[in-house]
Amino acid sequence: MMAELNPAAQIAEAAQQVASKRNRLLSTPALVMITLFGIGPLILILIYSFLKAAPYGGVEWKFSTDAYLNFLFQRDIFDDTLQFSPDYLYIYARSIGFALITTIVCLFIGFPTAYFMATREPAQRNWWVLLITIPFWSNLLVRTLAIMFIIRDEGLINHILIWAHVIDKPITMLYTNGAILIGLLYSYLPFMILPLYSSIEKMDFRLVEAGHDLYANKRQVLWRVIIPLAKPGIIAGCLLVFIPAIGAYVTPLILGGGTHLLIGDLIAQQFGSGRNWPLGSAQALILMAAVLVALFFYVRNTTGKMTHG
Amino acid sequence: MKAKKAAIEARGVSRVFAAKGQQAVAALDDVSVTINENEFFTLLGPSGCGKTTLLRLIAGFDFPTSGQILLYGEDIAVLPPFKRPVNTVFQNYALFPHMTVAQNIGFGLEMLGKPRTEIDARVSEMLALVRMEELASRKTSQISGGQQQRVALARALAPKPKVLLLDEPLSALDYKLRKDMQIELKRLQHETGITFIFVTHDQEEALTMSDRIAVMSKGKILQVGSPHDIYDRPAVRFVANFIGETNFLKGIVRPSGKVKLAAGAEIEAVAPEGAKLSGEVTVVIRPEHALLVKPTQGKLKGVVDNIVYFGTDTHFHVLLDDGSEFMVRQQNSGGAAADFAKGDKVGVQIAAGTARILKD
Ligand SMILES: Nc1ncnc2c1ncn2[C@@H]1O[C@H](COP(=O)(O)OP(=O)(O)OP(=O)(O)O)[C@@H](O)[C@H]1O
Ligand SMILES: [Mg+2]
Repeated sequence: MMAELNPAAQIAEAAQQVASKRNRLLSTPALVMITLFGIGPLILILIYSFLKAAPYGGVEWKFSTDAYLNFLFQRDIFDDTLQFSPDYLYIYARSIGFALITTIVCLFIGFPTAYFMATREPAQRNWWVLLITIPFWSNLLVRTLAIMFIIRDEGLINHILIWAHVIDKPITMLYTNGAILIGLLYSYLPFMILPLYSSIEKMDFRLVEAGHDLYANKRQVLWRVIIPLAKPGIIAGCLLVFIPAIGAYVTPLILGGGTHLLIGDLIAQQFGSGRNWPLGSAQALILMAAVLVALFFYVRNTTGKMTHG
Repeated sequence: MKAKKAAIEARGVSRVFAAKGQQAVAALDDVSVTINENEFFTLLGPSGCGKTTLLRLIAGFDFPTSGQILLYGEDIAVLPPFKRPVNTVFQNYALFPHMTVAQNIGFGLEMLGKPRTEIDARVSEMLALVRMEELASRKTSQISGGQQQRVALARALAPKPKVLLLDEPLSALDYKLRKDMQIELKRLQHETGITFIFVTHDQEEALTMSDRIAVMSKGKILQVGSPHDIYDRPAVRFVANFIGETNFLKGIVRPSGKVKLAAGAEIEAVAPEGAKLSGEVTVVIRPEHALLVKPTQGKLKGVVDNIVYFGTDTHFHVLLDDGSEFMVRQQNSGGAAADFAKGDKVGVQIAAGTARILKD
C-alpha cells in the first residue's frame, strides 16, 4: 500500500526542485571555467600522452604507448630492445623526497609560528598575517633570484663570514640540494602557516585551560587537545605545501642550477629542448596519479584516526 | 558540633589587571575568606565583581597580585593547575569537541595515569551518576545544552577532586532545566561529599542551594553567611539591595536605642554587631515583614499608590507621608487581607524584630 501524497508536500517538493535548479544555474560560470581550463587541458594531455612524438616538437596523430614505455625503459639504439632504466623514477623519488622534507620542516617551523600568531592580541594578529603574506607581494622568480644573490659564493652570507674572518674561502651553497631545500621552504612556508593559523585562531583556548584543569601537563595538552583541534589546518597546510612542492619548477631550476633535476624541470624539458610532448604529458599524468593516490591515503588516515584524541 | 576543616582559605588576595595605557582594574581587592570541607559555598555578585577571577586563582589559571591561597592549609601558589586537586566546571562547559562523552569524562583520570580498567569503571560510574549512560559514545557536539552541562560535571567529578569549582554552570539553561539541575547538583554534592564553590549572579539560586554565601561587589566580599543570615540580616546596603526586595527607610537613632523614622513612627530596629548606633541611619524592612492595616492601626501611614498582582502574592506600593515609597508583600491566601484599593489611606504594621539597621 502506498502512502497518499499530500498536495502541499508535492508543491513544496516542486518548489525545492526549482530552487535547486536555480542554484545549479548560479554555479554555471564556475563549472564552465573548470571544464574549459581545468578538465579540458587534462584531457588534452591525456590524449597527447598516447600519441607519437613529432621530430621537432608537437605530436603526430598516431596512437602509441611509447611515452609510458619510455618512462620506465630505454630503447636500445642498436637492437631495438627495451631496457629498464630507472632514471625518471629516480627523479620522481628525489622530487617526492624534497616535497616531503619541505612539508615536514614547514610543519615544524610553521606550527609554533602559527600558534604564536594566534595567541597574540586580536589587533596584533592581523599585522602578523600581513607580515606572513609580504612575500606574495612580489614575484616568486624575483624572490628566488634574491635568495640566489644571498647564498652564492660572492653573496651576502659568504661576504659577511669572510669579512668576519669566520672562513677564508666561500662556502658553496648555491646549486646544492640544500639550496633547493631552502628555496622550497622559503616559498611554501606561508602556505603552511596561514591554514594552521586560521585553525588555531578559531580554537577555544578555554579548552587548553580545561586540559590543564584535568591534570594534563603542557606536552599532554599539546598532543591531546591543541594538535587534534588544529588538525584541519595541519591537513590543509600539508596539502598546500606538498602538492605544489612536488611539481616545483622555478626554485629547483634556479637554485639547483639544472644539475639536480626535479619533476617540474624534467617535464618542462620534454616540452622544450627534449621535444617529446607525449613523454612530457605522460610524466605529468603519472605525477598527478601519484599525488592523487598519496592524497587518498593521507586524507583517509588522518580523518579516521586521531579523532580519539 | 564537629569542628569544620578549611578546604580553601584566601588571605588578603588581590588581583590587579594593569593593561598598558589603561587604568589598572582591581578585579579582587584584599579578599579573605575561608571555605570549609564538604561545604556548598556560593560566590554571589553582579557581573564583573570578580567571581570568575577568584575561581581562576583557585584553579591556578591566574595568579594573585598579592595575598595567599591555601588548600588544606598549604600555600598552592607554586602548583601549576595540573597539579592542583581542584577541578572546574566551566561557564561554557569547555568540553573537548574531538572526543566522545566517555572520553571527555575519562580524560582527567587518563592524564593522572590511571589504569584503563579503573578509568572505564569510573567513567561508567560517573555516567550513571549524571544519568548519561545512553549517550556515552556521542560526540559532545551532538548533545543538548543540559546534557553538555552534565558531562562537564561528570568530567570534573571523575578524578575525585578535593574541591569543585563551578562557574555559573546553569546560566545557559532555560528555567525548567535550571531548576532540575539545581536539585541534581545538590544531590551530587551530597552524594560525593566534595567541597563545591559555586558561582552565580542569581540570588534565588544562591539562596536555595548554598550552605553559605559570599556576596561580592567590585572585587570585595561584603558579607559571608548562611542564606538566612544574608537574607534576614544583611549587613550593608548592597547586600540588602542585591538579595530580595527591600524597603530602605531613613531615620535617626534615639538615646533609647529606638529609631525615629523620617516617615514618622518610632520603631525597634536591630543593629549588626559593631555598627555605630547614633545619628542618621538606614533601616531595612523586607516587604513580607510588613502588613497593611487600617490607617488608625499602623505605625506608618500612607496611600496605596500601586498594586501588582503576582499570583501567589500581591505587592502594594505605598506612598508614605514623608513621600518615600514602601512596598508591602501579602500572600494571596484567600483571606480578606488584600481588600485595599488604589488610593486608599492605609497603615503599615511592621513585624517585631524584623527591622534592621545597616552598617552603611
Ligand atoms: N584578563 C583581564 N584583563 C583585564 N581585566 C580583566 C581581565 N579579567 C577580568 N578583568 C576585569 O576584572 C573584573 C572582574 O572580572 P570577572 O571575570 O572576575 O567578573 P565576574 O564576577 O566573573 O563577572 P560575570 O558574572 O560577568 O562573569 C572585571 O571588571 C573585568 O573587566
Ligand atoms: Mg564570570
